[in-house]
Amino acid sequence: MGPFLETLVGGLMSGMLYSLIALGFVLIFKASGVFNFAQGAMVLFAALAMARFAEWLPKLTGMDSKVLINVLAFVGALAVMVIVAWLVERLALSRLVNQEGVTLLMATLGIAYLLEGAGQMLFGNDIYKIDIGLPKDPMFLFEQTFEGGILVSKEDLYAALIAAALVAGLSLFFQKTATGRALRAVADDHQAAQSIGIPLSRIWVIVWSVAGIVALVAGMIWGSKLGVQFSLSLVALKALPVVILGGLTSVPGAIVGGLLIGVGEKLSEAYLGPMLGGGIEYWFGYVLVLVVLLVRPQGLFGEKIIDRV
Amino acid sequence: MKTLITCAALAALQLFAASAALAQAKEQFFPLLVYRTGPYSPNGTPWANGKQDYIKLINARDGGINGVKLSFEECETGYATDKGVECYERLKGKGASVFDPQATGITFALTDKVPNDKIPLITLGYGLSASADGGVFAWNFPLMGSYWTAADVLIQHLGKKEGGLDKLKGKKIALVYHDSPFGKEPIPMLEERQKMHGFDLIKIPVTAPGVEQKSAWLQVRQARPDYVLLWGWGVMNSTALKEAQATGYPREKMYGVWWSGAEPDVKDVGEGAKGYNALNLNTSGQSPKVIQDILKYVHEKGQGTGPKDEVGSVLYTRGLVIQALAVEAVRRAQERFGKGKVMTGEQVRWGLENLALDDKKLAALGLTGVIRPISTSCFDHQGSTSVRVHTWDGSKWNFSSDWYQADEQIIKPMVKAAADKYAGEKKLTRRTPQDCQS
Amino acid sequence: MLYRENGQFKTTYAADSQILPIRQDRIAMALLLAVAFIVIPMVSSEYLLRAIFIPFLILSLAALGLNVLVGYCGQISLGSGAFMAVGAYVAYNCQARFEGMPLIVSLLAGGLGATVLGVAFGLPSLRIKGLYLAVATLAAQFFVDWACLRLKWVTNDSTSGSVSVANLNLFGVSVESPAARYLLCLAFVVVFALATKNIVRGHIGRSWMAMRDMDVAAAVIGIRPIQAKLSAFAVSSFIIGVAGALWGFVHLGSWEPAAFGINRSFDLLFMVIIGGLGSISGAFFGAAFIVVLPLLLDKLPYWTGLPMDTATASHLALMIFGALIVFFLIKEPHGLARLWATAKEKLRLWPFPH
Repeated sequence: MGPFLETLVGGLMSGMLYSLIALGFVLIFKASGVFNFAQGAMVLFAALAMARFAEWLPKLTGMDSKVLINVLAFVGALAVMVIVAWLVERLALSRLVNQEGVTLLMATLGIAYLLEGAGQMLFGNDIYKIDIGLPKDPMFLFEQTFEGGILVSKEDLYAALIAAALVAGLSLFFQKTATGRALRAVADDHQAAQSIGIPLSRIWVIVWSVAGIVALVAGMIWGSKLGVQFSLSLVALKALPVVILGGLTSVPGAIVGGLLIGVGEKLSEAYLGPMLGGGIEYWFGYVLVLVVLLVRPQGLFGEKIIDRV
Repeated sequence: MKTLITCAALAALQLFAASAALAQAKEQFFPLLVYRTGPYSPNGTPWANGKQDYIKLINARDGGINGVKLSFEECETGYATDKGVECYERLKGKGASVFDPQATGITFALTDKVPNDKIPLITLGYGLSASADGGVFAWNFPLMGSYWTAADVLIQHLGKKEGGLDKLKGKKIALVYHDSPFGKEPIPMLEERQKMHGFDLIKIPVTAPGVEQKSAWLQVRQARPDYVLLWGWGVMNSTALKEAQATGYPREKMYGVWWSGAEPDVKDVGEGAKGYNALNLNTSGQSPKVIQDILKYVHEKGQGTGPKDEVGSVLYTRGLVIQALAVEAVRRAQERFGKGKVMTGEQVRWGLENLALDDKKLAALGLTGVIRPISTSCFDHQGSTSVRVHTWDGSKWNFSSDWYQADEQIIKPMVKAAADKYAGEKKLTRRTPQDCQS
Repeated sequence: MLYRENGQFKTTYAADSQILPIRQDRIAMALLLAVAFIVIPMVSSEYLLRAIFIPFLILSLAALGLNVLVGYCGQISLGSGAFMAVGAYVAYNCQARFEGMPLIVSLLAGGLGATVLGVAFGLPSLRIKGLYLAVATLAAQFFVDWACLRLKWVTNDSTSGSVSVANLNLFGVSVESPAARYLLCLAFVVVFALATKNIVRGHIGRSWMAMRDMDVAAAVIGIRPIQAKLSAFAVSSFIIGVAGALWGFVHLGSWEPAAFGINRSFDLLFMVIIGGLGSISGAFFGAAFIVVLPLLLDKLPYWTGLPMDTATASHLALMIFGALIVFFLIKEPHGLARLWATAKEKLRLWPFPH
């Protein structure tokens, strides 16, 4: 029982971290219909920016308050992501407005390569550190009931809380503010939104900036866990099944999908893995998604696909 | 659009021209296959810098090998096999006489090509373990060790820690490995030792590139092994140590192969990796004479390839050693085939098969204390299996054991059997002693 | 002036419905084939053949296969690397386990193995559409990646997990030299390109295109989705499987599963999109773009004369590659094939403006 609970908790935590990245995908798809394959590269770029700013700031200005350095680095990285969002919208998206899904997908892949190359050229490709003070050691619960206790990673717990806070903030943003309403209008129908005067390009810049911020938070947390290096962009591949499972257009779907995929992956690796030789985690998430899609082709919370002939 | 087309045309012409260019006849050309990008670059970069700095040192300090200057060209492979093959095809026509692919995958692909092109491959501490048998693998040189010798030495060390190899019976040893031919190589040797000593071997694969290892380490925690052997490369190593810390597995009980025990793996884990042990084929630090020479003749003249504080790090020194052995092979070949002349691949292969670097020669090269004496032969392409264990104390590596040698009694038959199997599959015949004199 | 159809009258139905109805086209194609079969192997250096032409040919074959699926049938597939892997491993097993198996049979068997997998992973396409299908095909990619590493019988119990082939020969003629390998690949490509062109011109191809354009309407007029989609998956994965077998046997010689990873899948999709969806020549343009461009870009920073280390050069190459992809997609979303078609249209009027 103990190991099962431990794996379950570990899975839930991982799942929250995946949904952090999945949120970026969902946001952009919701508002502009673009499946942003560059999300992984954005996470990497944002994390690199923050890690390097945090490294360069003390050298340039001699500050030594860690909190201040981290906050300034975060703000700096945020500014960088907003600039990236603006550039992407102006140079690429606005000129690809009415293309088919596959073309836009490939364009975002091109943007991903561009960001990866630019990030590594500007910031370097060593392993960099993001230290936001998350505790690295684990904690053990219920040591009396279960032998050895249930392992809960403190770092993952904080990360899950930050993710939850971010989701809550985003939900509030979408529901309560005027910009949020405009975003939802654009997500529903571009042309209708344009016809009532919502400036499409500005909305897209805002959406990509918000996705950039989400990428920054995801990059900060994953970077603090794993170290910031090129392979961080590959974590996005683990978040893809989450996006699809939850449905491409649903923010709560990203969370639920994340939890399900996280738990599914970890439990399968722990119980199914030894029978099959191990290492099944990577594809199990995808196969799970495939099975769910056969039953619900639009994902768990996605919009039903209606074909009109 | 027009400019694009003209650019493309010019570029195509360049490619045609480059491919038809003759090799430089007056300089000994060393192709450097490197990866400075991608998930394995934190470990690949110091390795590449060490190789390049050593070439620059030989040119600056000695004026080349008996007057023959050294030239080099780097080619970025990103650890990908097809790019490695492309780099190989491009650089072999420039007079390349020896290759260090820096990757097991690329080694496999090139092993099939080099017998036709007659260029030796130095795969120091990696590649196919069976290639130590020079009778079958005429062009591969896994100098100073392979994954089987590494696995063997690790078991010897763990046995020593337990107070005798027989005390390993009933103990649990987990192998957390990179799910690729590189990571899977030690398994046959570990299984052989498992049969001999009766310990439990738990194999835990980590999907490449090893960025997410939570499940693997939860499994480790639940299995509660007595020791964990880490067989990773690149980002997988530091992630493994971070996950070990996050799941509370004591780092003192972790032992890495020599590709999992360098500064990039532990630096950003810092105190969290304290107590982690790994094998090391070479020493590290800035005190060996060759490092001092590099600092003096290369870095102080502003010719250093990488940052100065990287000089002397574990992987940097290893790259330097690889290049030094290549240079010594060329020097040895020159002794037989003509001093002051540029050596071909076949001649360098002879040099590699007749390396005899004893303490005196090592001292002359400035490599005292960096590596042990190494002596190869036609049928033994390994030369030496000496290796030590070093431990991270939070800020630097310290040696924590004596020199070990791999147990030839166990390894030799396995190598021969594997080499024979390879020869059977490829329909090769074993080399005869006459073939070695070429 | 040169490219006019004046005087070319068709007197039989066969002549009217041939692939290249304009005589100048036929002459150009004959010239191209002559250059490809005769001139190139004679004048090219080993590097050009081994590192540029052979990968170009094999990848254009794979792109051809993917174009059938993505371009003609509209099903986005991100798992093409897996089909290449299956083709390569099945072909390897045929070659290694059966003594004296002819090379062609092994390669085609690789294609058949990939077909089985393709149809299996194509079944979800009956239910799942669009981007959801794209991610579902990634399941194929990762599953095959894992299976090739874990299942021992796939690699014929190789201890290292890496497999290799050697001593290729075609009915007794050795296929070891670069020229021979090039001609083998070229032969495969020409045969498959011709076959694919004819399939897409026939009723199967039309049913694929109907599925792509509006699958509900197609079902309404009597085109069975299951037949159309699964046949597209089958044909596509057969071609990709043969390409994978060629990639492993002829180009790499010795490979591990990482050689057919997700980057390969993305590369193939790039080739198809940039080359032009739904066009046979598009596969070739795209493959040329993706094979030659990175090599050029790797050299480009050195031509500017600035001293640069390989890492910066690689990053710059990656950035330019990404930028060029976006640029091409903006300028001509229908790919290089459309640019070529437009050029030919203009050529028909040349030198007159209209």
